[in-house]
Amino acid sequence: MSYHSNADLGGTAQPGAIIPEAEGDLFHAPWEPRVMALVVAMGPTGMSNIDMNRSARETLPNYLGSSYYEIWLSALEKLVAQTGVLGDAAPPARRVLKAPMVLAAIGTSTSYSRPPTQAARFTVGDHVRTRSGAPKHHTRLPGYARGKIGLVQRVHGVHVFPDTNAHGQGESPQWLYNVAFDAAELWGPQAQRSIISLDAWEPYLQPA
Amino acid sequence: MHDSEEHHHAEHETGVTNPLEQRVRALETLLTEKGYIDPAALDVLIDAYQTKIGPRNGARVVARAWCDPKFRHWLLEDATAAIASMGFAGRQGEHMVAVENTPQVHNLVVCTLCSCYPWAVLGLPPTWYKSAPYRSRAVKDPRGVLREFGVQLPESTQIRIWDSTAEVRYLVIPQRPAESLHLSESELADWVTRDSMIGTGLPGAPA
Repeated sequence: MSYHSNADLGGTAQPGAIIPEAEGDLFHAPWEPRVMALVVAMGPTGMSNIDMNRSARETLPNYLGSSYYEIWLSALEKLVAQTGVLGDAAPPARRVLKAPMVLAAIGTSTSYSRPPTQAARFTVGDHVRTRSGAPKHHTRLPGYARGKIGLVQRVHGVHVFPDTNAHGQGESPQWLYNVAFDAAELWGPQAQRSIISLDAWEPYLQPA
Repeated sequence: MHDSEEHHHAEHETGVTNPLEQRVRALETLLTEKGYIDPAALDVLIDAYQTKIGPRNGARVVARAWCDPKFRHWLLEDATAAIASMGFAGRQGEHMVAVENTPQVHNLVVCTLCSCYPWAVLGLPPTWYKSAPYRSRAVKDPRGVLREFGVQLPESTQIRIWDSTAEVRYLVIPQRPAESLHLSESELADWVTRDSMIGTGLPGAPA
């Protein structure tokens, strides 16, 4: 089984200008707010989790040719088909988001942190090398930061692991770190002077 | 409810429906019939992100941090709790980290892999934040990106880019403009723009 994400864009050449937008300019077609709301409202039903949603989006063949809410719509259609929620044997929704519950529901935090079951392997100030190569599954280690040396600058705690959660293989919680990279380590000696940091789960990291 | 009535109305007038609109309506109908979706809940959700949950929430957090040193300290130490104390907890704000701009350091937030964004304090992300040009360039050419937003920083300023690859969400605390020193906390919130809390803009006097 191969797996390819069309969404891993950091450092790639992408044409087009960045077009600033006014604060109130949230939607650009009448159907867009409906898609946003459908995706949010499907969360409590238990049809899919946030990592399955991301995986469904990033593997769409026309990812780069689609607007963002189009991506959300196509991925939702794909998940509805894959999970069979419209079929006769579909399981009932775990919970249905009813209108009076909405404000309380979106104002409530659903934590992604989990209790530790073992000690963290790394601590602030440790040098680490990230995993190299593209895994054959959903992952959250961007291509530009694979096989690179960085510095642990925060320990976030233990969080749900997207690499398994996206494929229905359980949360498999892992220690999560913020790792900082010098721009030259990522892009070479000609890079603009800057520090790029990202959040990386322990299985992405080795001591360096 | 009001929204969909308007759509139906527009459709009667033109007789044409956009194929995307048709797909959305078909999906909503099927999921509603199966009992997964309450259409009235969608109306409330849309209204909430249009009128209640947006960058004015984050602006109030920043304004307080500018005025109250204890709150600023708390925000930098435990942003999730400090922000929750102002009533802005919730979806896509579960694990917050605040990063502070200084004369030496400018912070810029991106999600190169999708569109992760601190909804609880900034609302829904703008289109450019989710676009390929921003996501590809922010990590490699931050000064070029800032130029596209009309922001020019001194060469000596270090740029720190935060790629939101997990469920941790980053909020930039911009520097308080020197000419705003006489203002109250509530007046200051109007100086804090959405882009200044992403790092693609600087705060300034409201137009």
